Amino acid sequence: MARMKFLCDADRCIECNACVTACKNEHEVPWGINRRRVVTLNDGKPGERSVSMACMHCTDAPCAAVCPVNCFYTTADAVVLHSKDLCIGCGYCFYACPFGAPQYPKIGNFGSRGKMDKCTFCAGGPETDNSREEYEKYGANRLAEGKLPLCAEMCSTKSLLAGDGDVIAQIYKERVARRGYGSGAWGWQTAYRESIAT
Amino acid sequence: MAKIFLEMRLIAGALGIAFVMAMAIPAVAQQPSSVNPNAAAVKEQQLLQQFKMIQGLGTIPDVKSYVLEHPAGREWREYRMVTLKWIAGIAILGILALLTLYYVTHGAMPIKAGRSGRKIQRFNAFERFVHWLTGVTFVILGLTGLNITFGRSLILPWMGPSTFSEWTEWGKFVHNYISFAFTIGVVLMFFLWVGRNLPTKADVEWFKTGGGMFGGEEPPAHKFNGGEKLIFWLSMFGGAGIAVTGFVLLFPFYGTNITSMELAQVAHSTIAVLYIAAMFVHFYMGTIGVEGAFEAMNDGTVDVNWAKERHLLWYEEEMREGAAQGGAVQQPAE
Repeated sequence: MARMKFLCDADRCIECNACVTACKNEHEVPWGINRRRVVTLNDGKPGERSVSMACMHCTDAPCAAVCPVNCFYTTADAVVLHSKDLCIGCGYCFYACPFGAPQYPKIGNFGSRGKMDKCTFCAGGPETDNSREEYEKYGANRLAEGKLPLCAEMCSTKSLLAGDGDVIAQIYKERVARRGYGSGAWGWQTAYRESIAT
Repeated sequence: MAKIFLEMRLIAGALGIAFVMAMAIPAVAQQPSSVNPNAAAVKEQQLLQQFKMIQGLGTIPDVKSYVLEHPAGREWREYRMVTLKWIAGIAILGILALLTLYYVTHGAMPIKAGRSGRKIQRFNAFERFVHWLTGVTFVILGLTGLNITFGRSLILPWMGPSTFSEWTEWGKFVHNYISFAFTIGVVLMFFLWVGRNLPTKADVEWFKTGGGMFGGEEPPAHKFNGGEKLIFWLSMFGGAGIAVTGFVLLFPFYGTNITSMELAQVAHSTIAVLYIAAMFVHFYMGTIGVEGAFEAMNDGTVDVNWAKERHLLWYEEEMREGAAQGGAVQQPAE
């Protein structure tokens, strides 16, 4: 089984937000929820870089650890998923998450956040693969169809890579070797306790 | 002729382009060694060391999402999953163990002179209402709160995931809404009893002798003795702390960011478990610990002998007032 990961090559990201749009469209994500977003650092200054960020599907995921009702689970592909039937919308996963991945349909006053929603690595949820219920709660299950996440597939500069960790790390390493520079795999140290030497 | 000129121009143009390219190629080839496009670029590890949090700009209205990376979430996780459980475990189980030990070795504090059969009013109906408003909501808040910390490991295994989720979600809503009643209770309690809970000389004496809890006589006390005043102030400070941090949590990200939300949760849960532990002392003293104490909050009256032994100064005060008003002790004015 693969160990699925995301890798955003910040030296290639042009902040076009195609990944964000692809994700919202593929999963019919409601207003106010962004499973993926692009954050620009040092905007307008020399050395500006943009990074596309979503759930990183951490090793030893903090969200899963702090959840009071234990609604998270990790698939055989190391994708971190959760059950919206069990989620109580307490918001703790957002406090624990190093990447701000968990999203809630409501603002959260009086604890009324609604069921948490986050990037599924296009792998749906606990329901039957590609069933109507799964689509309505979690969006499309591309992994079950043998496809990789749409955000990375749609990336206009192939900055965002999604797939088996070793494979995308290899692609990135070759890229860095060829062009002579690379700012590293953003978030990898935090999410997987490992980094790619550049 | 014109055709030849055209061809010559083309050849000259081609030669010109070839010349420019021939000059340019070495320059392009040299570039990587002279210019590193990444030299000025922001670096992840550097930013993390510098700011603990990587924040930039986004294009969506949700400002929280501008935080790219926030590894401190792991520290909060460590607190919630390990530190808090230790604090709560030691505080609550420790207090329960001490109380049990005390009860086994010393037993309940009796009314030494026995019951006189005459009663004196200690708390009026409003005081009792405020007490129980605060008390009942405190217990509900405590149980639903502890469930968030300990439920997953203690209750979920035998309740099953769906039932536990259902109960925890209900618990969350109850916790959030009942908090207002609890806050009102604490505020009312403050105005009701603050005057009689200001520290006096008698309290110093009371604490010196351990309130008669470890043998000896209980020193004369006013309406509230030193221990009761301590419980009062613990409730006030605990209540204020828990209410303020609780309301921060109830309205997430209003003037707060991810770090302050985490801090609010840390403060809220730490105060809560210590408050719960302290209140066990109060539960004990108010029920089985002191004979004749519970009725003060039940029907509002206490036995005269209890009053003399536990709160002599208050008893004498009431007697003077009663005498001044010409009322009898046996029939309180309520």
